[in-house]
Amino acid sequence: MYVAVKGGEKAIDNAHRLLAEERRGDPESPEVSLKQIDQQLSHSVDRVMTEGALYDRELAALAIKQARGDLVEAIFLLRAYRTTLSRFGASEPIDTAKLLIRRRISATYKDLPGGQVLGPTFDYTHRLLDFSLVDGTEPEAAAESDGDPDTPMPRVVDLLNQEGLIESEDADDDTPVGDVTREAMTLPADRDVRLQMLARGDEGFVLSLGYSTQRGYGRNHPFAGEIRLGEVEVDFTPPELGFPVTLGEITVTECQMVNQFAGSATEPPQFTRGYGISFGHCERKTMAMANVDRALRARDLGEDVSAPAQDEEFVLYHVDNVEASGFVQHLKLPHYVDFQSELDTVRRLRADAQARQAGVAAE
Amino acid sequence: MAAHGDRHLTTSLTAPDMSRPTKPGEDIPARQRWMAVLAKASPDRIEPLWNEIPDPPGWQFVRPPESGMVMVRARAGGTGQRFNMGEMTVTRCAVRLDDGTVGHAYIAGRDRRHAELAAVLDALLQDETRRETIENAIIAPLAAAQQAERAAVARKAAATKVDFFTMVRGE
Repeated sequence: MYVAVKGGEKAIDNAHRLLAEERRGDPESPEVSLKQIDQQLSHSVDRVMTEGALYDRELAALAIKQARGDLVEAIFLLRAYRTTLSRFGASEPIDTAKLLIRRRISATYKDLPGGQVLGPTFDYTHRLLDFSLVDGTEPEAAAESDGDPDTPMPRVVDLLNQEGLIESEDADDDTPVGDVTREAMTLPADRDVRLQMLARGDEGFVLSLGYSTQRGYGRNHPFAGEIRLGEVEVDFTPPELGFPVTLGEITVTECQMVNQFAGSATEPPQFTRGYGISFGHCERKTMAMANVDRALRARDLGEDVSAPAQDEEFVLYHVDNVEASGFVQHLKLPHYVDFQSELDTVRRLRADAQARQAGVAAE
Repeated sequence: MAAHGDRHLTTSLTAPDMSRPTKPGEDIPARQRWMAVLAKASPDRIEPLWNEIPDPPGWQFVRPPESGMVMVRARAGGTGQRFNMGEMTVTRCAVRLDDGTVGHAYIAGRDRRHAELAAVLDALLQDETRRETIENAIIAPLAAAQQAERAAVARKAAATKVDFFTMVRGE
């Protein structure tokens, strides 16, 4: 329990003034612009949009600036802002087969139609600090070679499943789509709700859980069937028009994991799948998400549920960093009365114990 | 153009009338195409082209620019069960030309001027007597710029494509 405590208004005002001054930092150094955050800290913007569950690069950049680069705080700010906007409806499902590919790799098949396209990746960099960035240098222009934006880039898992050894993902558009922003989540949760929770879930938590499945806690031996990054159109059907219109393009990262599966009482031996997707370029998140999505399918596939990553109550109730951060940080709020009563209890227990000891010694 | 601000004040107080003259034989794919080009274009690119239009029409807001969100849906595995991945900001606008044609815009982001220009142009493009002019003056150059940007992305990606070679041992 905590009770409302009055007072401290002046201290709070001044604390916020101090925060604003420290946020700005040394006034001699130029103030960072939203455009700079968007362009030069783009992965921060991508993460804040993904976990803030709102695609708007400028708002995400503003949240990052306001939060002084604290991304979980920025995610909170974006989530709070979205509650002020009305929703016009839901889009047609995006078609990631039509991504304008900037990166596309597969760890399972070397020779793919369309090829292995590395794109703008940290992979194969040596992870040595680059001191040429200290004072800023103009990078060499990116290389170009023959490429056609309209070349189809079919999904690896769809393309190479002619033997039917990988499970297929079939649409069922008669089933309503769950939405945790509209209805409280209930358990057991269907895969649509699990995927929504994982997509907006904390990258660190999802990463650790995904890692745990690889270390043996719910082992399902994943292969990165395909990772792709690029831009996709989002279509929406306004009721007053009655036909879909393109709203614009968003950047997404998608990961298709392919997992060993020995078969169960109900399913034949085959490769099963886990899926990860994010706004922007969040590759580590989408890979980890795909691992956890697959782990959470244990019940559906008739596997034992024994590891934390397979336990949907544990995963789904702890994956949201706005909720987690709020509950952990609420411990900072005044608990004076609560603590006072605990203090009284401990004093009384201690007095009783001392009295008993004194009684034993006297006998 | 000059008068639309005043009319905005009066129309915004009344309930939006979304009805539009039904046009039998309306070319919906053509309309989807120009609406997509306008939605994907930056307003900074549309504005100068718009300023070159001879005799811009009179018009008023049916629905003044309004920012909100659309929930983006995806599919498990890309092809399977639908799920909600997160929302995106969207601004919508509807206008009526003096001849009664209603134009609509739904565009990603929060730029009200972008939505306004896209809605007016959507209305103008429905007028078959003006379509070719607007198409050539505005839509074609915007579409060409977008295609050029896509091509540049594809060329840069293509330069990062891996050429595998096989090591052959012995003869």
